[in-house]
Amino acid sequence: MRTNAFAATAGNKPDSSGSILWQALRSSLVFIVLCGVVYPLVSTGAAQLLFPREANGSLVKDGSGQIVGSALIGQPFKDPKYFQGRVSSIEYNAAGSGSNNYAPSNPALLERVNTSIAQWRTENPDVPIEQLPIALITNSGSGLDPHITPQSAAVQIPRISKLTGLDEAELKQLVEVNTEGRSLGLFGENRVNVLKLNLQLADRLAGKSTAPQVKG
Amino acid sequence: MEMVQIAVVVVILLALVKPLGTYVYHVFSNEANWTDKVFGPFERLLYKFIGIKNRDGMSWKKYALSFIVTNLILTAAAYLLLRLQWIHLFNPNGMEGMEATLSFNTVISFITNTNLQHYSGESALSYFSQMAVIMMMMFTSAATGFSVAIAFIRGLTSRGQTIGHFFEDFVKAHTRIFLPASFVITLVLVALQVPQTLDPTLTVKTLEGAAQQIAIGPVASLESIKHLGTNGGGFFGVNSAHPFENPNPLTNVIEILSMWVLPAALPYTFGRFAKSKKQGWVIFSAMMVLFLVCLTTVYAAEKAGNPVFGGLGIDASQGSMEGKEVRFGIAGSALFTAVTTAATTGSVNNMHDTLTPIGGLVPMAEMMLNVVFGGKGVGLINMLMYAILAVFLCGLMVGRTPEFLGRKIEPREVKLIAVAILAHPFIILVPTALALLTDAGRAGITNPGFHGISQVLYEFASSAANNGSGFEGLGDNTTFWNISTGLVMLLGRYISIIAMLAVAGSLLRKQPVPETIGTFRTDNALFTGLLIGTVLLIGALTFMPAVALGPIAEYLTIR
Amino acid sequence: MMTNNRQKRMLTADAVQRALKESLLKLNPVTMVKNPVMFVVEVCTVIVLLMTVFPGYFHSEDRIGFNLTVFLILLFTVLFANFAEALAEGRGKAQADSLKKTKQEVMANKLVEGGSINVIKSTELHRGDLVIASQGEMIPCDGEVVEGVASVDESAITGESAPVIKEAGGDFNSVTGGTRVVSDWIKIRVISEPGESFIDRMISLVEGAKRQKTPNEIALGTLLTSLTLIFLIVVVTLGPIAKFVGIELEVPVLIALLVCLIPTTIGGLLSAIGIAGMDRVAQYNVLAMSGKAVEAAGDINTMILDKTGTITFGNRMASEFVAVGSHVKSAELLNWAAISSLKDETPEGRSVLDYMKRNGLPFDTLGAEGGEFIPFRAVTRMSGIDLPDGRQVRKGAVDAVRNWVLSQGGIVPDDLTGKANVIASAGGTPLAVAVDKDVVGLIYLKDTVKPGMSERFEQLRQMGIKTIMCTGDNPLTAATIAKEAGVDGYIAESTPEDKIEVIRREQAEGKLVAMTGDGTNDAPALAQADVGIAMNSGTTAAKEAANMVDLDSDPSKIIEVVAIGKQLLMTRGALTTFSIANDIAKYFAIIPAMFMIVIPQMNALNVMKLGSPYSAILSALIFNAVIIPFLIPLAMKGVAYRPMSGSRLLGRNLLIYGLGGMLAPFIGIKLIDLVVHIWV
Repeated sequence: MRTNAFAATAGNKPDSSGSILWQALRSSLVFIVLCGVVYPLVSTGAAQLLFPREANGSLVKDGSGQIVGSALIGQPFKDPKYFQGRVSSIEYNAAGSGSNNYAPSNPALLERVNTSIAQWRTENPDVPIEQLPIALITNSGSGLDPHITPQSAAVQIPRISKLTGLDEAELKQLVEVNTEGRSLGLFGENRVNVLKLNLQLADRLAGKSTAPQVKG
Repeated sequence: MEMVQIAVVVVILLALVKPLGTYVYHVFSNEANWTDKVFGPFERLLYKFIGIKNRDGMSWKKYALSFIVTNLILTAAAYLLLRLQWIHLFNPNGMEGMEATLSFNTVISFITNTNLQHYSGESALSYFSQMAVIMMMMFTSAATGFSVAIAFIRGLTSRGQTIGHFFEDFVKAHTRIFLPASFVITLVLVALQVPQTLDPTLTVKTLEGAAQQIAIGPVASLESIKHLGTNGGGFFGVNSAHPFENPNPLTNVIEILSMWVLPAALPYTFGRFAKSKKQGWVIFSAMMVLFLVCLTTVYAAEKAGNPVFGGLGIDASQGSMEGKEVRFGIAGSALFTAVTTAATTGSVNNMHDTLTPIGGLVPMAEMMLNVVFGGKGVGLINMLMYAILAVFLCGLMVGRTPEFLGRKIEPREVKLIAVAILAHPFIILVPTALALLTDAGRAGITNPGFHGISQVLYEFASSAANNGSGFEGLGDNTTFWNISTGLVMLLGRYISIIAMLAVAGSLLRKQPVPETIGTFRTDNALFTGLLIGTVLLIGALTFMPAVALGPIAEYLTIR
Repeated sequence: MMTNNRQKRMLTADAVQRALKESLLKLNPVTMVKNPVMFVVEVCTVIVLLMTVFPGYFHSEDRIGFNLTVFLILLFTVLFANFAEALAEGRGKAQADSLKKTKQEVMANKLVEGGSINVIKSTELHRGDLVIASQGEMIPCDGEVVEGVASVDESAITGESAPVIKEAGGDFNSVTGGTRVVSDWIKIRVISEPGESFIDRMISLVEGAKRQKTPNEIALGTLLTSLTLIFLIVVVTLGPIAKFVGIELEVPVLIALLVCLIPTTIGGLLSAIGIAGMDRVAQYNVLAMSGKAVEAAGDINTMILDKTGTITFGNRMASEFVAVGSHVKSAELLNWAAISSLKDETPEGRSVLDYMKRNGLPFDTLGAEGGEFIPFRAVTRMSGIDLPDGRQVRKGAVDAVRNWVLSQGGIVPDDLTGKANVIASAGGTPLAVAVDKDVVGLIYLKDTVKPGMSERFEQLRQMGIKTIMCTGDNPLTAATIAKEAGVDGYIAESTPEDKIEVIRREQAEGKLVAMTGDGTNDAPALAQADVGIAMNSGTTAAKEAANMVDLDSDPSKIIEVVAIGKQLLMTRGALTTFSIANDIAKYFAIIPAMFMIVIPQMNALNVMKLGSPYSAILSALIFNAVIIPFLIPLAMKGVAYRPMSGSRLLGRNLLIYGLGGMLAPFIGIKLIDLVVHIWV
């Protein structure tokens, strides 16, 4: 009805509403197929052909060739001898994504941060909290952040050294190797991929007899 | 270094405006040019499929009718596809049909180019829905907005009765802009590690031996059109904060530029149509000045960090990192936030709910103004609306009947503009009040106190401006929120577009007034200032009281 | 000048008293609703009144004092706005009253068939009737003189006390009812039905009875209404929003915010500005048929001006004597020129003797004593004198004189044509003087451009207005005058059709054209022009076609009319900008005040350091009210206007009314607060 009312005033030709409806129907169909089917499928085909590794999630394998995750997706590390990632309210469950979205004024945020600080104090008695970087005790937006800041890695070295027996210089060198610089030397921030770092850490530990079995 | 990377992105944008604006002009000027040779044959095939025999110009009413009917059909089709998701076509993860009000909200959200998401893609949509509903509507809504903006520009800058042929514009927007650009950017993103696969969710055994599920899918092809079309709806719930959607700083820059460059180029295109490049630059400058103010504010606020953490004794020098990703840092996040709400894309690479109060005020303000570049075409239309308004107020002050681009601004135009400027605060403030009054509305609020107001205000500002970002904490997948924001998005999109097309139709028929020394010039720096002043005075003052109770009160009470 | 005297006594105690009474009557909601901005204020006033009178119903017992104060301020806000409008209307009414006095019923001598006279009331006259008006009688109706010549005192309408000559035929045949015949008699054909006469129209125009809103006013009104609605939404929704964080906002406080934010300043003054603008036109003794015409005058791009009477004095005056042939520029030439003009009473003729006397040139006219004057005739195109000694002296158009000399067997000097052409090409008119068979010389008649015209055209150019001069002169003469006067273009040897042609051509380019005219021939062009000003001395046809009538019949007044039109638009724009810009300061006064009790930190926004929340609210409200009467003089007089380019004008007005509008309330509210804070 509404269409006709419009057409009565709009059309130069009497059949224009009919032709507009018809053209609209046909163009909708054309673009549903073109944009909704052809485009993504052609894109997928081209992507799989040209960049198979990247197109499938940049998966990471450990020394034994076992897939241990994606280089892009953070993992929870419960064991304090590993470098810890950032806070994730979803426990790095990558079937979903997200965070608590605490507002800066939300008392729950302060409470969570205070808990983190308290936990930090008990786990890292040798590192003063003045050195604890804020990035480490805040929730990333995605809850899947695979990175920590270089400083966040550095402050964990004393603890890991103590727990693993690896000396700090070696750990420091590991962190440095796993620090990605800014893209093109300009964009983004220096960052350490926690999974990759811990993979190498696990390799070192496996090299030492004291290490628990890493190869699953 | 942070400032430098922001500056570099801005400079790249500035460099792209002219070539891209010129290209868009060539696409839609309907004068024969080289783009015809490249795209002509394929387009003629599409015209044949669609059944377009002649491509004579349409009156504004016919143009409006065409795009409304087309949008209606697409919306209906998309709704059906979402509801019938259980048919399991390209559905390796076995998603079920979507609930009715959520489907309603979702299809409106995408056809209006808003992309407010009350669902999480990884847990609610099949790959087929991501492709045939989400990506399809990302293309078509962007092409619709672009077409309408071009039609509006034609109305302002040409004479006669017609403002172009909708279906021709609609086809060209796809074939000459969105489809090729999206395909190229998809491949670039894949090269930079954004996944593009039809495989189901992965299950891996982590280093510590636990099982981790990793949702994946045809992400890159959505990611490119999501930004090019200033759509903003993410493949995953957390949008471009998700490492698969935006895995590194380079993809971040590409996404920022791809959502920014078309809205930024449109004023230049407008200048070409108006045969006055200066006029285009004036509009662009007004947008850019407002943008830079917003960007500086959000960057400074986030860098300063959350004052609550000030007394904890930790090293908070990095700024407010809650809700942000390490790879982007403060600069990459602040820039993304400023651009995504300016361009009304609505994708996010950090959680806006967690922004500091003043940092969060910026995206909110950009959506309330809805003229800082703005989404596909709509931002330009709105800015030109404010330009007409500025001309009206200031034109009187030079003692002449106000005129813009040689057209007199008379009661009919002012009435139509009044409808549009009235609609925007109405559909933000009234639903906000309703939500805060009702249990159904209040139930969604997850942060206490003033920030609760901000959450609600942000949600409706985002819906009204067809932005689509959220203060994501809001528990918004309820009947109340699905229906209310759905209606707001509809009104936010179509009222102003139709009113402005009517303005274009009306200006089109006017006898142009020749320019004299007594004419109020709209192509100089003074007018840029005036335009900004009008936007702030008329657009911003409206929201002062509500904003005072939201972000400003939050800021004052925690600082 | 005298017209201004008549208008200046507008702000008398009587006028103010009448306006005060009117402003109370205007509180009637039925009339108020036509002004949506002030209607909202009125509704708010009533609500606060109810809360004050019945505090029990609204649980506002402890706020009676505050509520009463708010009520009073709101009431005065409305009254101030009404007063502004009433004052503006009052000026028109006073003028109408004086017109009505001239419209007392008079008796008319109606000529009936057979030639006898029937004395009837003027209200019984109909179109086409013939009446006789004789010395001392009031002309009973608008009409055209069909017979006779009389001098008529039109001071009732024009204010001009010198009587004007009215005669049948030509451009001075129209008479207006209510004017008085001071000598002789005329027969008049009635051209208007009772109640539709010129005076009736004038009365209804100045009374504003038929005042229609102009397009610009409608557009601005729409904008103001939508701003009002926007702020209504803002304020209505603020209550629930504030409640969410535990702030209970009192209704009078919300109302105070609303009234401060909506554009009451311009809303209250808008109609006064329009009325006063029309009134200013009337003060120049120009009768505009509609406000639209006045506004259109502000938009004029092109002005078409008649040379004669507008740009030049119209009288061609002797300015030099040129000897021809063997003659030298001697006393002889002067004598003959003087003799030829001795009895010539035409302005040209008189100007010859005037010129000589003024410049102390000696001349001797003794030989002309007792000569016979030969008057100018269209056929001969000469005048002259036959001297008692038999010599004939002739003066006239060069070719006419030449033919006359040749016809008597005389010889025309070779240099006559050449010298005559030199004069013509310089914009002058050469008159040849001949004695019998001998051409003695030429009188150089020059049309003089009025002083100050070129400056005015320069001003018009700065306003972006192009001037085109129309003249019946030949192209050479026209070019010279055009150059001297500084007009942008000219049409020589122009016919009325040429004028329409030019107007159409300019309009086709989108330009708005103004012109003045008086003759019947001008009527089509006046109708075609966007702004046509007819001279009151002109024909009825011209007056009917025009949309303005200049009662003083001064064609150059069109320039003032344009300035008034611009001023009218500028005043509206300036006060709107001022009104909206005020909102910033009001926000900073009221917002912190509203929330400070629950959120003490809001005091950070109290940049004016206002004494207390309630004094802040009241101060903002008081400022909002008193700014209206403060601006009434500006609304009445209009924003100062000097011709300059659009950009400079804008810059200047923006500085005063935009920036001023932002800053003024900060100062004003702070000052008011210093006083108000003593009590609250």
